[in-house]
Amino acid sequence: MSAVAQQTPRLVWNEPSWLDTLAAWLLALLWILPLAYAVWTAFHPAAYSTKFHLFAPLTLENFARAWEAAPFARYFLNTTLLVIMILAVQLVLATLAAYAFARWRFRGRDVAFALVLVQLMVMPDILLVENYKTMARLGLVDTLLAIGLPYFASAFAIFLLRQTFMGIPKELDEAARMEGAGPLQTLWRVYVPLAKPVYTAFALVSVSFHWNNFLWPLIVTNSQNARPLTVGLQVFSSVDQGVDWSVITAATLMTSAPLLVAFLLFQRQFVQSFMRAGIK
Amino acid sequence: MTSTGGPSLRAVHAWLMLLPALALLALFTHWPTLATVIDSFHSTPKGARAAVWVGLENYRVMVDDPVFWKAVRNNLLFASATIPVSIALALVMALWVNERIAGRAFLRMAYFTPTVLPMIAVANIWLFFYTPQYGLLEQITGALGLPSHNWLGDPSTALGAVTLVAIWKEAGFFMIFYLAALQSLNPSLREAAAIEGASRGYFFRRVQWPLLMPTTLFVLINAFINAFRMVDHLFVLTRGGPNNASTLLLYHLYEVGFSFWDTAYAAAITVVLVVVLAGIALLQFFVFDRKVHYR
Repeated sequence: MSAVAQQTPRLVWNEPSWLDTLAAWLLALLWILPLAYAVWTAFHPAAYSTKFHLFAPLTLENFARAWEAAPFARYFLNTTLLVIMILAVQLVLATLAAYAFARWRFRGRDVAFALVLVQLMVMPDILLVENYKTMARLGLVDTLLAIGLPYFASAFAIFLLRQTFMGIPKELDEAARMEGAGPLQTLWRVYVPLAKPVYTAFALVSVSFHWNNFLWPLIVTNSQNARPLTVGLQVFSSVDQGVDWSVITAATLMTSAPLLVAFLLFQRQFVQSFMRAGIK
Repeated sequence: MTSTGGPSLRAVHAWLMLLPALALLALFTHWPTLATVIDSFHSTPKGARAAVWVGLENYRVMVDDPVFWKAVRNNLLFASATIPVSIALALVMALWVNERIAGRAFLRMAYFTPTVLPMIAVANIWLFFYTPQYGLLEQITGALGLPSHNWLGDPSTALGAVTLVAIWKEAGFFMIFYLAALQSLNPSLREAAAIEGASRGYFFRRVQWPLLMPTTLFVLINAFINAFRMVDHLFVLTRGGPNNASTLLLYHLYEVGFSFWDTAYAAAITVVLVVVLAGIALLQFFVFDRKVHYR
């Protein structure tokens, strides 16, 4: 892009007008306003939560109170274990399935693939009632496993990896086979390394989805043993606190912080991953 | 063991690799979908009383349920506002940050940040934002001399207030896809247009917009699905109220299934949602993908 820009003369409409710039900035400020407001409230004493004063004293008191008022340490642990478990299983299962779909012709392949794609339209998020019954039958209600199980087989991951594997030259496959590698070895040594960017992309999308997921975990958990952060935050802010906004916003920022910090640090990867995962 | 064996051996290998994923899909997608349909024709089991076949009774209840129709109406309004507005905003945002605009990195971050945060968390922030008396919105309108208003407590503004949150959350997400598409456009198109003396508006209408069509369709499908799936913020902001003024289908499903424990009626509502989502997917598959490049 920049190389082209240097060669070509400056085009009038190539540059955004001052009006564009102004509008873009106004919208951006509007967009981060709620967040900025929350940051203000969380870092100042309750007396200043709605009064703006340049020299208002800063404090971490609200975070300390929120941390003590609810088992957030446990919630953090639950969410962390949850997203790691889901991602690990998703990657293994999807890799195996995608390889079979991408490289082998076999009886029933197209039917099997269609059955996988069904999940793209009927997501687990909708099938709450029946999945709850299944979990109750399996005796898994209020466990991390129950939150993760409906998401372990990800049609999206299978679809994404299949597309990627199909784009890998068959010659590499044959070369590996000549050297005596079996299908699993070929998959592990040829396909997985070549698909690394797609794995990163899917990992970021999956982690942020499950870090943020709320409805299913709300339904299938009923104690702090399995409750993830989102549900914990909701229980905390709706029941435990009156209207102590300072503490609630502190808790809110706390639960969002890991993702927010990760996003700010790896902005480019996040954006590219979301693009890669979205565009087929 | 290599896969150079006969086709049957290869098929065995293939099915073994598919088995774990397919088994889980069968257990948590295919079976529950079928079971939902079956359950929707039965009564809700109560205590020792097992479920019995009731035919279309649950659907009759649905037709007579004013809250269901309220949810349908709200959901249609919610969809018809969030879909076009968030897509239009996303496009404008992408066009801006695609140019060499001052503070591009900051703008991109500001637009995209709401997307990475948990909906349940940002809903808390918005709840505070909307709060009567203290909230930032009240402070702004108060400073302008406007009367105080309870945005979430008034049935006439509650749905609008939760819709705004959804648009705010989604626009940055869709922006990413437009941005990716804009950056993949051939730069010589722009030069050619400039040399020909085309205006920026003309260039957008005749070059960028048509070339962005596949992206628009992709985003449209996602926006559609999200309009029927996004309910987390209701739990914090309004709980569907006041008086169901802001309830959506999935939220109503949750209330029926897990507050009233009427699982049979909840199954019937689930069937409606599945039909809606499957309809969107089939529309995409048979209508849109034909027109857009498809491999």
